[in-house]
Amino acid sequence: MSEIIKVGMADLNICVSPDGITTLGLGSCVGIAVRDPVTKIGGLAHVMLPDSTEIKNNSNIPKFADTGIEELIKQIVAKGASRQRLVAKIAGGAQMFAFQSSNQTMRVGDRNVQATLKKLKEMNIPVLAQDTGDSYGRTVIFYPENGNFVIRAVGKPEKVI
Amino acid sequence: MGDLTLDNMSNQYFDVLKELGNIGAGNATTALAQMIGTKVDMAVPQVRLLDFKDVGDLMGGAEQIMAGIYLAVEGDIDGSIMFLLNKVAARHLVDKLMGTGSKPEEEEFDEVEMSALKEVGNIITGSYLNSLSMMTNLKLIPSIPYVAIDMAAAILSVPAIQFGMMGDKILLIETQFFDELKLSGYFILLPDVDGYAKILSSLGMGDIQL
Repeated sequence: MSEIIKVGMADLNICVSPDGITTLGLGSCVGIAVRDPVTKIGGLAHVMLPDSTEIKNNSNIPKFADTGIEELIKQIVAKGASRQRLVAKIAGGAQMFAFQSSNQTMRVGDRNVQATLKKLKEMNIPVLAQDTGDSYGRTVIFYPENGNFVIRAVGKPEKVI
Repeated sequence: MGDLTLDNMSNQYFDVLKELGNIGAGNATTALAQMIGTKVDMAVPQVRLLDFKDVGDLMGGAEQIMAGIYLAVEGDIDGSIMFLLNKVAARHLVDKLMGTGSKPEEEEFDEVEMSALKEVGNIITGSYLNSLSMMTNLKLIPSIPYVAIDMAAAILSVPAIQFGMMGDKILLIETQFFDELKLSGYFILLPDVDGYAKILSSLGMGDIQL
């Protein structure tokens, strides 16, 4: 029997096919799904903030895009995945309220997406697909078996990227 | 002296914040009763300090559909305040306010109803802020209200991210009020980094020692 592993806010975990991994109700946070298509080892991080170096109290590694992605990759590779084969898909980074403000904290969804893409590029991990931005929450489920990243939102048909 | 955050706050200070929450929620309930024109009873509010990963499980699960009303706050403290209630409770309050009779709870809100919902949030959070302002003598000016109807965790990501800049916990106040129905509402007050220290020192809590 396969299981679906749950990841909370500011949290990350890894899984091996046939298991899947999920995080519920991504808002302005970003969900980063990574897998090795050969060993079918994967993982999911739910990051809240773009940059650990901007925050004084930054010991919570999975909370930040930069440190969270590094830790996710480390754990996936430690489980036996090939670092060179890793590929990623990302979702989330919505702006939940329609502020007309250019205030940095209000645009945090967009900044999370940009920081995530930058970090993955730095680490040479290709982003195969993304479903980001807009103004609605997303529940995501990732299957390292085939790389399917299932996205559910309120009042919208389910999609797979 | 370091920054006063929820992660390192002493019980004494936390009790004061709890009491402020209780009084604010009480005033908000009175305002709500006046608005919908019926008697509204309130249970003693519960103040909760939660880890981020547990936030979604409150309110009936991370995917529970909630209405969230959010206002930015300026003045002596910069920050924001949010009021959340589940969609069924939001439907009930909007129907009461509009006087249109009960609609099915799954029915989406139209434009007029959305603006009624904003007004509900405006009045509830406004009376909450008012009582906080009276007690602390701090000037607190709310922005116009913004509303979102979505999964609980997605809406809560907004305050959680703001708390996340200061620490790893989120402070929220759960109130239950009753007219014909039992309604649960949640207040989240988010002062900026030195906001808690300002609130506490304005209440004569003296120098904040950690």
